[in-house]
Amino acid sequence: MISLSSIWPEPRQAGAWPWPGAMRLVGLLAAVVLLIFAVATNSYLLTPLGFALIYAVFAAGLNVFMGFAGQVSFGQSAFAAIGGYGSAILTGSYNWEPLAAAAASAVLAGILALVIGFPTLRLRGHYLAMATLAIGLMSYELSVQWESLTQGYLGISGIPPFGIFGFEAATDREQFLVLVAAAALSLFATHRLRHSRFGRSLTAVAGSEDAAAALGINVMRAKLAAFILAAIFASASGSLLAHFIGYISPEMFGLHLVVLGFTMLYVGGIGTVSGPLIGAVVISLLPEAIRGLKDYQDLIYGVVLILILIYAPKGLSSFAGATRR
Amino acid sequence: MSLLDVSELSACYGKVAALHATNLSMSAGEMVAVLGPNGAGKSTLLRAIMGLLPTQGSVTFDGACLDRTPSHRRAKAGLIMVPEGRGIFGPMTVAENLSLGAYAVRDATQRAQREAQVFTLFPRLRERLRQVAGSLSGGEQQMLAIGRALMAGPVLLMLDEPSLGLAPRMAAEILETLGQLNKSGLSILIVEQKAPLALKLANRAYVLATGRVVARTEPGQVTSYHDLAQFYLA
Repeated sequence: MISLSSIWPEPRQAGAWPWPGAMRLVGLLAAVVLLIFAVATNSYLLTPLGFALIYAVFAAGLNVFMGFAGQVSFGQSAFAAIGGYGSAILTGSYNWEPLAAAAASAVLAGILALVIGFPTLRLRGHYLAMATLAIGLMSYELSVQWESLTQGYLGISGIPPFGIFGFEAATDREQFLVLVAAAALSLFATHRLRHSRFGRSLTAVAGSEDAAAALGINVMRAKLAAFILAAIFASASGSLLAHFIGYISPEMFGLHLVVLGFTMLYVGGIGTVSGPLIGAVVISLLPEAIRGLKDYQDLIYGVVLILILIYAPKGLSSFAGATRR
Repeated sequence: MSLLDVSELSACYGKVAALHATNLSMSAGEMVAVLGPNGAGKSTLLRAIMGLLPTQGSVTFDGACLDRTPSHRRAKAGLIMVPEGRGIFGPMTVAENLSLGAYAVRDATQRAQREAQVFTLFPRLRERLRQVAGSLSGGEQQMLAIGRALMAGPVLLMLDEPSLGLAPRMAAEILETLGQLNKSGLSILIVEQKAPLALKLANRAYVLATGRVVARTEPGQVTSYHDLAQFYLA
């Protein structure tokens, strides 16, 4: 006989419940790592795969806010910009440790999300979408116009590679491992989140704000917390991007990034834990796979996206056996 | 002393007023029905008591004025609503839905006790514990909605049309269970369109029409359909 208390997360029974899902996740990541080492000799693929992992972090955060909590944000690029510029400026001009710079930027992004989210998250649906879109547009203008800090369109170059405690990930492959670790950490964090008390409250808010409130869930606080988490993930991805490329410019954090994030979420499977990673890998590698088609590239890219959304409306993760749970 | 006191409560959706200066009060241990035709403002009344929409007037619950209390705090104070259409969370399992009911309950033994109570009332929920809630039958979903509300430890349980969309037999079964709960001491405020069902169990009833209380019955006053029809017509 199953008892309800046995599946409450606290107090958790050792080795019991959240781990089968986590094992599947580990398997998925192992597959990714294998893929990486398979192509390690082919450094050509390392770059698009690196981008894929960075975008996976971005999409994982967006997934918390959109997939779990059922909200919508077109402004996540702003928080990625904070991470990117924060890391670039702190490591470049002030010689900070990359990790410390990324952490400081993430904290700033979180605080900003709190300040921005408090008034805007009262809006729902389309209104929230428009308000967040405005945030993204403002951050873009700011990064173009605030030249003394961001060097405008020129961007900031010469950003050192990512490193931890004096160890610098100098080679492509070392950088790669950093990105794999970051993506794995993001996915693991969202997996644990999904099955926590807080994660369930987000799903409740996504289902019905009234029903959630009527059960004692502080809807506003839940949405705000999800927004802040998404901002921290976005900021982390911005920092990784800055270190990976060694250069940042306003264009990298424009509306394009938001569209990419949305596409990855829907292609991979919004609301699923593995969806952001699957979507990020597919969307990042697809242009490489069809590069040979030259003029027809964009056309085929669009057709493939449409086919995926028709035949896997819940995202590719629904095929991978890594289901919604 | 009364458990719930609603005085001059008004609510509107945009510019459309849905509830006009409504008064209602009930004592602890009572089961009170709110009856009335479609669009009478019954659901609005419950949502207004829960604080889910902007209101004028005042709601006093358990001796405390709730006018400035947000919905989630009202829930923590023991004012629990089963919304119209049940409001269960479809993608989540039965167990997850139940544990969300106990969202504000930190004490594990208390949760275990309530869980046992819910399973005694609705043994079927135990069988379906790991099933996704959206795949339950309508009756089971209503059981889950009530079970989830009980997990929250209600002082006053408010239900919005629990019989909606259910087969007559299932509806009767659900209402009978609510009657049992009331006999064991739980105060219940129930909105129903199926008046005969509700009146069999309720101590008293308020009749709403176009956002106003048009009639209220005293205990034992309404014993037949005929009596009720007079209230509707009055």
